[in-house]
Amino acid sequence: MMIDFLFQTLWALDATLRVATPLMLCAMAGIFSERSGIVDISLEGKLLSGAFVAATIASLTGSVWLGLMGAICASVMMSLLHGFACITHRGDQVVSGVAINFLASGLTVILGIAIFKRGGQTPTLSSGERFRPIELWFVDALDNVPVIGTIYRELISGHSLLVYVALLCVPIASFILYKSRFGLRLRAVGESPIAVDSAGVSVTWLRYRALIVGGVFCGIAGAYLSISHGANFVREMSAGKGYIALAAVIFGNWRPIRAFWACLMFGFLDAITSRLQDIDLPLIGEVPAQLMSALPYIMTIILLSGFIGRPSPPSAIGVPYKK
Amino acid sequence: MMIDKAKKTSGGDTACYILELQKISKSFGLVQANKNIDLQIEAGTIHGIIGENGAGKSTLMNILYGLHRADSGEMLIDGTKAKIKSSADALSLGIGMVHQHFMLINRFSVLENVMLGSEGGSLLSSGKIATVNKLKELGQTFDMEVDPNALVSDLNVGMRQRVEILKALKGGAKILILDEPTGVLTPQEATQLFDILDKLRANGVTVLLITHKLAEIMAITDNVSIMRGGEMVGHRKTSNTDPQELAELMVGRKVLLNVEKPKAKPKEIALNVNSLGCFSSRGHKVLDDLTFHVKAGEILGIAGVSGNGQTPLMEILSGMRKPDEGYFEILGKKIDRDTKVSPFTMRENSIGHIPEDRHKHGLILGFEAYENMVLGFHNTEMTGGKKLLDKNHMLMHAAERMDEYDIRPRNPKLLASSFSGGNQQKIVVARELYKNPKLLIVGEPTRGVDVGAIEFIHKQLIELRDQGCAIILVSVELDEILGLSDRILVMNKGQEVSTVNGDEANPKDLGLMMAGISQGASN
Repeated sequence: MMIDFLFQTLWALDATLRVATPLMLCAMAGIFSERSGIVDISLEGKLLSGAFVAATIASLTGSVWLGLMGAICASVMMSLLHGFACITHRGDQVVSGVAINFLASGLTVILGIAIFKRGGQTPTLSSGERFRPIELWFVDALDNVPVIGTIYRELISGHSLLVYVALLCVPIASFILYKSRFGLRLRAVGESPIAVDSAGVSVTWLRYRALIVGGVFCGIAGAYLSISHGANFVREMSAGKGYIALAAVIFGNWRPIRAFWACLMFGFLDAITSRLQDIDLPLIGEVPAQLMSALPYIMTIILLSGFIGRPSPPSAIGVPYKK
Repeated sequence: MMIDKAKKTSGGDTACYILELQKISKSFGLVQANKNIDLQIEAGTIHGIIGENGAGKSTLMNILYGLHRADSGEMLIDGTKAKIKSSADALSLGIGMVHQHFMLINRFSVLENVMLGSEGGSLLSSGKIATVNKLKELGQTFDMEVDPNALVSDLNVGMRQRVEILKALKGGAKILILDEPTGVLTPQEATQLFDILDKLRANGVTVLLITHKLAEIMAITDNVSIMRGGEMVGHRKTSNTDPQELAELMVGRKVLLNVEKPKAKPKEIALNVNSLGCFSSRGHKVLDDLTFHVKAGEILGIAGVSGNGQTPLMEILSGMRKPDEGYFEILGKKIDRDTKVSPFTMRENSIGHIPEDRHKHGLILGFEAYENMVLGFHNTEMTGGKKLLDKNHMLMHAAERMDEYDIRPRNPKLLASSFSGGNQQKIVVARELYKNPKLLIVGEPTRGVDVGAIEFIHKQLIELRDQGCAIILVSVELDEILGLSDRILVMNKGQEVSTVNGDEANPKDLGLMMAGISQGASN
């Protein structure tokens, strides 16, 4: 009984981590972009284009690494487009972001059909063309230790490289934001671009750099979706994860560590969703699958409508900088 | 150009000027903001630049600080030609600037603010210690210590300004530009600022003081340059001039600095405020047990540093907000938290309101002047008195008011945003006074208004008073309060500190009261 419960929990946490990985990466991307004062609703589009390019290149070349690089390039290109519209030309950031999401949604399908003629999907990748789970050190040695050995084998070890990258990104993002010169300037430009300008630092270049960093994170997240977690690209495979990540950014009050916990919460909700679908809950009965799938979004609405206290967004967010 | 060069190479006077501007011009579209400006600043002096709003002072300073680029002209620093294309260039040439609106990030600590732009390495850790030490050293030299770890949002305005000055000095500024530095300070804080400027001068820093306040020029500067309409109209040694001459140079004609004010003849009580209180949205008490009255035919000045309850008080009296505690009676009508009020009903009670922030509450900048001239009076004969708005009538009405109040340019179809601050304010004044209010609530009537318009608006207020209107005047300008008020109520933290008679008041006592120190002065 005890062992069974442990396995159930481990399984749920393990799934949580897998589902939360793209959320974490996108949330970090969102934090960089939004902390610099640029609303980043285009996380979704960057994620999707990253996923498509990763699967396409991995399929064509057989190399995961080229797939990953391609995903990062594609996502950064999208970021630059966003930057060109709303930093250089001071366009509306939400409009530009939505446009990028539409662009990604349409372009991935059209290019997919043009290249592979499979109705927008990419061919299924062989295991050599994907990031495979990696066994961490000492797994076998720790096997004899009760509980810890199991936790180590089942939960901590055995994920793809990109999961570990995502986990590392959180403390790295936090370090950059709070301990580095770039981070100080980034946070400053989201609060008061004119103060940054008058301190002799270029607002434009700073914001572009923030978007590029975000593009890199989103690209990795996209690659994770199609060449690590999944084995091919499926149309609309980002399925709102970019928006959920943005919600996690807001939950986390634009702070990396807090956003990380929010991502885990969303991941957990998502993970137990499929688990709970066929189970009779006491009093409630069988919960419709649709309701369970909608749970993360319902939670988002409930939590965002005042349960998390007053969010304090960067003061200058959404405002194009004009001298 | 050739002649200038020749002069310089021949080793003329230029050498002793730390900063020299030659024929600086700058236009924005059709507007020529700076026209052939020449300016010479001696090292180690405090040089005042005075002029009305829109005279081009800020543009000139922004050119100097690299925020704007001059269309033509030369800048010489220590006798060498300088090209300043950005703030970074200015900073590296030793020019620092304290802006009118502070360039501080409220959520950052003092340290983070000071470090921004000169962090001393790609990681913050190393630069932090150096900056803390530098701040300590500067703090001791210039007598302005600040806790480096304090959040800027927790500091008062005076301290924030110090942070700005420290920021500039930390960057090694030899020339410090201060743009309207005292606008937000109490008189005591202003005095402290001048002490700091004195110390800066003693330590060889050159200070450029931009202001429209004559008293400050007289008190602290060595030299003064006067700007009007984008041009330099004069340079004076401060010791050789007087406020009257400076005012005339600024405005271009004779002005009365002090409006003549006959003794008030107060009649019946028009407004009676009784233990009024109200809370901010966060639950702080912003008005606390305020009791006072205003009689018809007198001006009650309300003095205080901004943010000490004046805004909620004006909002309550004008019907924009409800009191949470207590009540007030206007012309016999009692209003408390349960009374249904709005600015509209208040207007019907014959109350005029000149809001302290004319851009936010006084005008719709994107509307034309004639539309602004009837805002809030759409149901009266000002719009023609019919169900539909009568545009021709409104245009005529506006044209008449513009004549009466000398609003320029005299074009009712011009957008409100196209008028200068003084003329915008005149539009508001013209509208609010048209219906001859019995009680007028006036907030900062001359903020951002030029000397000529100040004189006009002050005259209007006195005239209205003598016709029997009760006036509440809220202003952070002590000179204005002292010049106009028959009685002065001083507020601090939402409470009344004291009420004094206008002719017995002096700036020093008022300043102390504004800081919350009661003098025991009686009514």
